[in-house]
Amino acid sequence: MSEFVLEMTDVSKSFPGVKALDHAQLRLRPGKVHALMGENGAGKSTLMKCMFGIYKMDEGQILVDGQPVTIHDPMEALKMGIAMVHQELQPIPARTVGENIFLGRYPLKKLLGFIPTVDHKKMYADTAELLKKVRMTFDPRQKVGELSVSQMQSVEIAKAVSANCRVLILDEPTSSLTSNEVDALFRIIDDLKAENVAVVYISHKMDEILRISDEVTIMRDGHYIGTWEASELTTDKIITQMVGRQMTNLYPPRENVPGETVFEVHDFTSINPRSFRHVNFSLRRGEILGVGGLVGAQRTELMEGLFGIRSHVSGQIFYEGHELKISRPKDAIDQGIAMLTEDRRGSGIMGVLSVADNISIASLNHYLDHGIAINTRKIENLVQENVAKMNIKTPSSKTQIKSLSGGNQQKVLVGRWLANNPDVLILDEPTRGIDVGAKYEIYCIIADLAKQGKSIIMISSEMSELIGMSDRIMVMCDGRVTGFVEGEEATQENIMALATQFE
Amino acid sequence: MQTQSKETAARQVSAGQKILKFITGNPIVFLLLIAAIVVGVLKDNFFSWANLANLISNTAVRFLIALGVSGCLITKGTDLSAGRQVGFAAVVAGILCQRGDYTGRLWKWAPEMDISIVLVIVVVLGLAWGLINGVIVTKLHVPPFIATLGTQTIIYGISLVISDAQPIGGFQKIYTTLINGRIGNVRSFHLPYLLFVALLFGLLFYFIYNYTRHGKYMYAIGGNDIAAEVSGVNTTATLMRIYAAAGVMYAIAGYLLAAKSGGASASMGQGYELEAIAGCTIGGVSTTGGIGTVPGILVGVLVFELLKIILQFLGVNPYYNYVVQGLVIVLAVSLDIRKYIAKK
Repeated sequence: MSEFVLEMTDVSKSFPGVKALDHAQLRLRPGKVHALMGENGAGKSTLMKCMFGIYKMDEGQILVDGQPVTIHDPMEALKMGIAMVHQELQPIPARTVGENIFLGRYPLKKLLGFIPTVDHKKMYADTAELLKKVRMTFDPRQKVGELSVSQMQSVEIAKAVSANCRVLILDEPTSSLTSNEVDALFRIIDDLKAENVAVVYISHKMDEILRISDEVTIMRDGHYIGTWEASELTTDKIITQMVGRQMTNLYPPRENVPGETVFEVHDFTSINPRSFRHVNFSLRRGEILGVGGLVGAQRTELMEGLFGIRSHVSGQIFYEGHELKISRPKDAIDQGIAMLTEDRRGSGIMGVLSVADNISIASLNHYLDHGIAINTRKIENLVQENVAKMNIKTPSSKTQIKSLSGGNQQKVLVGRWLANNPDVLILDEPTRGIDVGAKYEIYCIIADLAKQGKSIIMISSEMSELIGMSDRIMVMCDGRVTGFVEGEEATQENIMALATQFE
Repeated sequence: MQTQSKETAARQVSAGQKILKFITGNPIVFLLLIAAIVVGVLKDNFFSWANLANLISNTAVRFLIALGVSGCLITKGTDLSAGRQVGFAAVVAGILCQRGDYTGRLWKWAPEMDISIVLVIVVVLGLAWGLINGVIVTKLHVPPFIATLGTQTIIYGISLVISDAQPIGGFQKIYTTLINGRIGNVRSFHLPYLLFVALLFGLLFYFIYNYTRHGKYMYAIGGNDIAAEVSGVNTTATLMRIYAAAGVMYAIAGYLLAAKSGGASASMGQGYELEAIAGCTIGGVSTTGGIGTVPGILVGVLVFELLKIILQFLGVNPYYNYVVQGLVIVLAVSLDIRKYIAKK
């Protein structure tokens, strides 16, 4: 009997143009949480997809209990006790919790002794049992679409548990969870550990990694860098190994000097009574206003309301003293506001279109000849300017944007908005899901914009980013602005206190 | 000297690779060209000017319809009312272009009309149908498939009412001769006017799709409609323009088709929406939105018409034509989709 429940050795995998994995390895011990870390593009997902049978490896082998195995598809992986909870959950919202968990393997009974039908009673009883295991109390017959993200995630984990898994892969499980929900998830993970399940935990959040994991494997550019006991590691050490260089500064120095108040919001209230209400705040020229809060604080909703994506019932917006009338994004853009949305794939990129099309779509009016014909040379110049300025890595301006990495996609989207030369920039989680190196570059861009006198609103769920980048932080809780902190007062404790000020 | 020949060799390789890439990228087009050559060798009059002119004028009208529907497809919609709109335009054009002294004249009370005025009327009506589709899709938020399924039935009904379900003939001579006119009346060589109409609109759409804000907005909506709206694209107005332009294209096609056939009826244009959608799809317009080019659409429609003529020349039972055409559509799309899914 091997001391490892699962081993992957010398795994290589190439895609046209890139070697995604180059002799990577991973060894999982039963009952341990194994964090897998690396920048985006380091090969973590590819390695997991090889383990889960979604990709076929070019080289290398997988050993389960010391015995070499081949895994052709996810179904086989499941049979061997390997389960995966994907970063983007893929439930069927219109069906019940039970139906989602037992999808594809419904318990059957024989109607009239010979017609196979789904045994709903058994299915829901089993579901209730499983939900208890993951410390959830909702009704197994509830529609999955009615659940919160964290509840959906618990359903996914319950599904994995129901397959009697021995290896559970959690890919960025906390990216949309509140800290309470994270705690709940960690309790579930502890339960699984007690049952000798090996958990692979993929995340960018250092504090979580250090808190939950027993061992850490770090990858870089498809290579295996090393495995450490979590107790030997610190955030700095992890980052150094991940990026392969000493990160002296997580955040660039800021040279912006906030000027006079230019942007004001008065008594802004959503059409939805459960969303933002009676919001008042102001923004100065060249200021970076951070917006903090727990998930569900309605920060995104507020900003989307200001930008005209969502409707409001009352409230006024002023820029330099005159009122802005905004009922759709076009109105906001025409009046000098830009918004980088949170959901890059959902409302940011147009995947099949080129980098050039993506970068120019919001500012086409600037590249017209005779008011009609688009001058493609001007657009090409725009792309090249941005590529040079922001160090965007793309084979050409005609490349489909979906083939770029997340960080480069984000830079293209920043370029889209800067092309309009806006006065106020709303950035909703500008560094979500992008690697450490690209993050730093985005921070530099933000700092530089503020220095140029642009007013910036930045929503962030990463506390250190919020504190490290903002001149002032507005904290929201449950649709209300609960306070502002700046300077010495901008501490994690103060922000958390405001963020949890429920009525 | 040596390096030069090496370079030439490299260039030759790349030319060969280009051809290979075209073949693997467009297998259906390639197979049909092969088939055309084979049929041309077997049957004497396949490669004739008359047959070419026939192919051109058939393609021309369908190309106009395909151009119309392409905008709907690129924005992830569709327009099932295309065929019925063509029929409606044919019926209206047919009635209004009847000779003043024709005994079977449908609207005896109306004066004989100039055919250019008829064109304007037909286009305005087409625009109206397009706008109605646009309003249903953008304002009532009915999915395009259902919206146009509904309007196509309505339009067909109206065509039946105004034509009294009768075939319409007795057109003014100028109407049929002009539309069926051609350049170079020598027997061995002539090009139908319709070719130039099609080329004109092809160039116009090429310009719109590649060099105007409307075109960019259209692709943006197809690529990601939410992102487009967030980027300040007026998606409602863009979709309205797309469906309205489609209506205009069907109207022009119907106007031409009635003259080309020398008669019109409410059932004219039936099924053309499916042929147009098939042509677009064979030509590389993606069913998931955001992708499609005017040259591609032209090739798609041309190939589909070529297929029909090949089958005709081979003497295939006309009923089987449908079977073959359907198979080609399925095959073309499945091969096209393979390009996207093979990348695992």
